[in-house]
Amino acid sequence: MRVTFPHMGNLWISLKAMLTYLGVQVIVPPPCNKQALQAGAKWAPEFACLPLKLNLGNFIQAREMGADTIVMAGGCGPCRFGYYAQVEHVILHDLGYNYQLVVMEPPEKHIGELLQRIKYITGQNSWWQVMQGIRFGFRKACLVDQLEKRAFYLRPREKRSGSTDKALQEALATVDAASNWRELEQAKHQAMQRLDEVKTVQRPVLRVALIGEIYTLLEPFANLELEKRLGEMGVEVDRSIYLSEWINDHLFLGLVRGMRSSKAFSQAAAPYLAHFVGGHGQESVGSAVYYARQGYDGAIHVLPFTCMPEIVAMGILPRVSQGTGLPVMSLIVDEHSGAAGVQTRLEAFVDLLARQKRHKGAFA
Amino acid sequence: MKGFLGIDVGSVSTNLVFLDDDRVVQHVLYLRTQGRPLQTLQEGLKKLSRLLPPKTVVRGVGTTGSGRHLAGVMVGADVIKNEITTHAVAASAAVPGVQTVLEIGGQDSKLIILRHGLVVDFAMNTVCAAGTGSFLDQQAARLNLPVDQFGELALSATSPVRIAGRCAVFAESDMIHKQQMGHSLSDIVAGLCRALVRNYLNNVAKGKPLLPPIVFQGGVAANAGMRQAFAEILGQEIIVPPNYHVMGAVGAALLAAEHALSGVPSRFKGFKVAQHSFATGGFSCHGCPNNCEIVEIREEGQIIARWGDRCGKWSQELDSGCGEVEKIS
Ligand code: SF4
Repeated sequence: MRVTFPHMGNLWISLKAMLTYLGVQVIVPPPCNKQALQAGAKWAPEFACLPLKLNLGNFIQAREMGADTIVMAGGCGPCRFGYYAQVEHVILHDLGYNYQLVVMEPPEKHIGELLQRIKYITGQNSWWQVMQGIRFGFRKACLVDQLEKRAFYLRPREKRSGSTDKALQEALATVDAASNWRELEQAKHQAMQRLDEVKTVQRPVLRVALIGEIYTLLEPFANLELEKRLGEMGVEVDRSIYLSEWINDHLFLGLVRGMRSSKAFSQAAAPYLAHFVGGHGQESVGSAVYYARQGYDGAIHVLPFTCMPEIVAMGILPRVSQGTGLPVMSLIVDEHSGAAGVQTRLEAFVDLLARQKRHKGAFA
Repeated sequence: MKGFLGIDVGSVSTNLVFLDDDRVVQHVLYLRTQGRPLQTLQEGLKKLSRLLPPKTVVRGVGTTGSGRHLAGVMVGADVIKNEITTHAVAASAAVPGVQTVLEIGGQDSKLIILRHGLVVDFAMNTVCAAGTGSFLDQQAARLNLPVDQFGELALSATSPVRIAGRCAVFAESDMIHKQQMGHSLSDIVAGLCRALVRNYLNNVAKGKPLLPPIVFQGGVAANAGMRQAFAEILGQEIIVPPNYHVMGAVGAALLAAEHALSGVPSRFKGFKVAQHSFATGGFSCHGCPNNCEIVEIREEGQIIARWGDRCGKWSQELDSGCGEVEKIS
């Protein structure tokens, strides 16, 4: 069994860690790139959203590298994501790619359901080992998030342009290479140290929150490297979703204490949107309220074209913006998104925020 | 003569303007880009240098438009700014106190909202084809009308028909249908203008408050039918500034003039770059599975800029020296 899974930002580091820890052979597809998108967009229904198209592309590329089993998350509720795994599987089958499919649904009642499916892939391992594997993967997810957050701080302040990115890539590679707990501890120190080497200068910085749909937020290829572009413009970003938080919320049912939870976002949404609309629509609205309270200068709402829950959120966000005074810009992405158009929108938005802040005399 | 150069390189047109020391527009060039931004810009520079007196000193250069970075490295720009900012700056200079800027060009439409001279909100529409200049051009061609008569014809309409303007495809088929039903051409053309204005208001403005003074600019502002449709639907006076079709370039030049006030000497490489051989090339890097597509610009065979790499391997190899960057400007 050679297992593959779709890309979503740095998710692969954590999933690969968990599976290899348990002795499963893993095939990581090439990072999302043009070829993957072209292959996916060619076979996907036109009105499917960008995540489905990229998933398909990942699977097609992974199959060519010898993968034979797909591990994929499932979901429930009005968002189409819930049946993506099945749809993708059928499309791949029609193309003659024979794949086994294992869907990890978020456990509805008991974490045992999830463990069962993991057990299917990990076969011989004892339950205790499986738990260790999950812990190991989760630990890497936490570490990756920590490194990304550090990069968010450094990028707008770096002395030499591009130095943060370089350091981050090297740090992530160090984390990826660690194959047991002892190595992981060393990797943590090395990775943090590598980021600390980035030279910074004092300069005015804007704070912008990235909110919206999870896939397009986490996958830099899908959002045309939003975090990097903004960082280069002198913007410190924060993301409303980090992988480790998402895992804790949805797979561990909040078992790990002391982590930010999207529940806070749903609650913050109350004055504008008091009920579930599928996917993360409610959280998107709530996160805007949350970041407004945190004193952020603006928020960028990212969503895939045709994403229903986020379109609902997009319709409500102007009111949130009016109510809280937080400027919000929506950015819809699909396979037709052009880098030049996105860059112009971002520059204009940042320009606008910078001028407002300067006007208020609020630049430190 | 001394002055400032503004360059707007867009996908449809490449515009150059020259402002004198008092920031008065002296020369305006409007050229079709035709997919060859570098050559078009060089051609523009040649033409402009012939129009200017021999001892002209360029004190600053600004670039804008989707080709702003390309144009910027080519001529040695002092400021490189996006279209929203440059259009807002130009509109404020033409109509002090302007609060709303409607901008409809060949490929996209924009809306800029200002208060006290500052941009407070903006919106752009680049995906939908209806409501852009090229759609109007197409329809004029289909009806066998020269574009300049198109707008005039709309003004003579007695009872404009209602055209479905939500999407270019529907608008076109609805127009054909109305033609077959025997409506007069002027009523159909006026109906189309209104449909496009409604489309703009629904898709770009999306209920944002459009307060006066309202400035209408971009190539489509030349169309009298569109001007009237905006005035009627918004119930406001619509002001079209003198250089309405090259406001991006004017704004870029004004920003360059502002920049020159700080006393920094211009980086302008001179009109001689029009004679240099420039070439853009590209390749895909296979250094890692990202397979980035790298774009290169060469001047006289020498690579002067590169972009498109995710890891910085190619672009950073070039920035000699410290590579310190200016952020938030
Ligand atoms: S430019 Fe860098 S990131 Fe892009 S393919 Fe080459 S090595 Fe990979």
